[in-house]
Amino acid sequence: MDNILAILPQQLVFGLALGTVYGLIALGYTMVYGILFMINFAHGEIFMVGAYVGWWALTLLLQAQPGGLHAAWALPLMLLPAMLFTGVLGMGLERFAYRPLYLRGATRLGPLISAVGASFFLQNLVMLTQGARMKVYMTGVLFPRGWRIQVFGASISALVIVMFVVAGLMMWGLHLLVQRTTLGRSIRAVAEDREMAAIMGVNVRRVIAATFFLGSALGGAGGVLVGLYYTQIDFFMGYSAGLKAFTAAVLGGIGNIRGAMLGGLILGLVESLAVTFMNPAYKDVVAFVILILVLVFRPTGLLGETVAEQEKV
Amino acid sequence: MLKLTGVVTHYGPLLVLKSVTLEVRAGEIVCLLGGNASGKSTTMKTILGLVRLTAGRVEFDSQRIDGMPTETIVRRGISLVPEARRIFTRMTVWENLAMGAFTRHKAADLTDDLERVYTLFPRLQERRHQLGGTLSGGEQQMLAIGRALMARPRLLLMDEPSMGLAPVLVDQVFDIIQAINQLGTTILIVEQNAPVALSIASRGYVLQNGRIVVHDTASALLATDHIRRAYLGED
Repeated sequence: MDNILAILPQQLVFGLALGTVYGLIALGYTMVYGILFMINFAHGEIFMVGAYVGWWALTLLLQAQPGGLHAAWALPLMLLPAMLFTGVLGMGLERFAYRPLYLRGATRLGPLISAVGASFFLQNLVMLTQGARMKVYMTGVLFPRGWRIQVFGASISALVIVMFVVAGLMMWGLHLLVQRTTLGRSIRAVAEDREMAAIMGVNVRRVIAATFFLGSALGGAGGVLVGLYYTQIDFFMGYSAGLKAFTAAVLGGIGNIRGAMLGGLILGLVESLAVTFMNPAYKDVVAFVILILVLVFRPTGLLGETVAEQEKV
Repeated sequence: MLKLTGVVTHYGPLLVLKSVTLEVRAGEIVCLLGGNASGKSTTMKTILGLVRLTAGRVEFDSQRIDGMPTETIVRRGISLVPEARRIFTRMTVWENLAMGAFTRHKAADLTDDLERVYTLFPRLQERRHQLGGTLSGGEQQMLAIGRALMARPRLLLMDEPSMGLAPVLVDQVFDIIQAINQLGTTILIVEQNAPVALSIASRGYVLQNGRIVVHDTASALLATDHIRRAYLGED
């Protein structure tokens, strides 16, 4: 028991960091759901592609400056291309895999099935072009093992702090964008009443595309952070990470941006605590137990609104 | 200013507007009357390009606007106060008004227009930080009108502005509509409450089963007994 208490603070910090990254990925699910009422099941693969683009960026950087990388500028140079690439990829999926279906007024099932197809397509595309074997992130070059701080007996690595800060800043940035800018207002307007938004003069298609760009770019950034943390990536990594982020989105209340952040944090914490007290083999089970419990007992999630038309007097 | 000629529209296979021809001249208040399911709201949606027409034409300022995307039509100067208000319930009053000004970008104009709307509806200024969904029905109607005015429309479409409001509020809303018209905005009102609408309108059309069946001046329509009985829902 003493052992457990000694590593508890560490596990909590780790859980927070992992949780913010889950939240970051969950935002992609929740934003798309909020605006189109569809689950973009290819989002996990977008995250995976982000991890690959980040890996390529790191590899190129290492070739250009062998031995001379510093996280302060190398990390942004990995995140930026990953986010741009995945953002455009998300827009491409929307344009070619979903829009033709939802515009034709197909059932909600249509885009969903298309998303599952897109997910397989991306997995296989990456496997064929990048190989089926895992790739190794040279995390140690950016964040040497010795970079740690001690807080309340917890030994926290610099990378965990960076994950937490980067993911947190991105969430904060998204929050500001959605709450304070014209684009954010039009996203919220389209989410609440698409036809009325069009009547205000909003170009609804462009807003939907922008939403896909933002959500996918955040997912891509999540891929880079997760790649750095676990140091190994493969074409299948989006499957379980995607399901976990989806769980986080549902837990917080799908369609609700703050809910995705909260759901991610809770999921990260619960998962890292579970690993502390139970056999780590059950780590992945925790997320899916939560998913099932939420779906059974509180399908609207923690911050989700009950879907009832407001009474109009 | 606005001219519909032989407009025909379908919802899927269902024929909704069979032949609608009407005209709104600059400066007028025109009302479009008719019972439930006569095609009034569809006419509004057709003007705004939300419903495609299968035949006929819609002209605004002598230019065809049918077939244009909704946001282009709105940018040309047509705003809608929709049926059941449909304000953005999860946005504040101020944000709703800002959405109304979406087609325009200069911050200075925005301040002027906000001032105008707040003068017209002081209640909205008091509640500008409140969420739209927390307003009363009457306040929501004011917000819906204010939001439409923020686009500085030259033609304002109003779909059932009296719906669900207490009689006192109905009179207030129609006073405001008249005031807006006197400030230079042309108005087309769709209403079931014919007497009130005709009292401020100059001309009226009666829509029945997707066809314009009667067209006359407002006073003539109010005076004609058989029209009142047949189309305006009075005994």
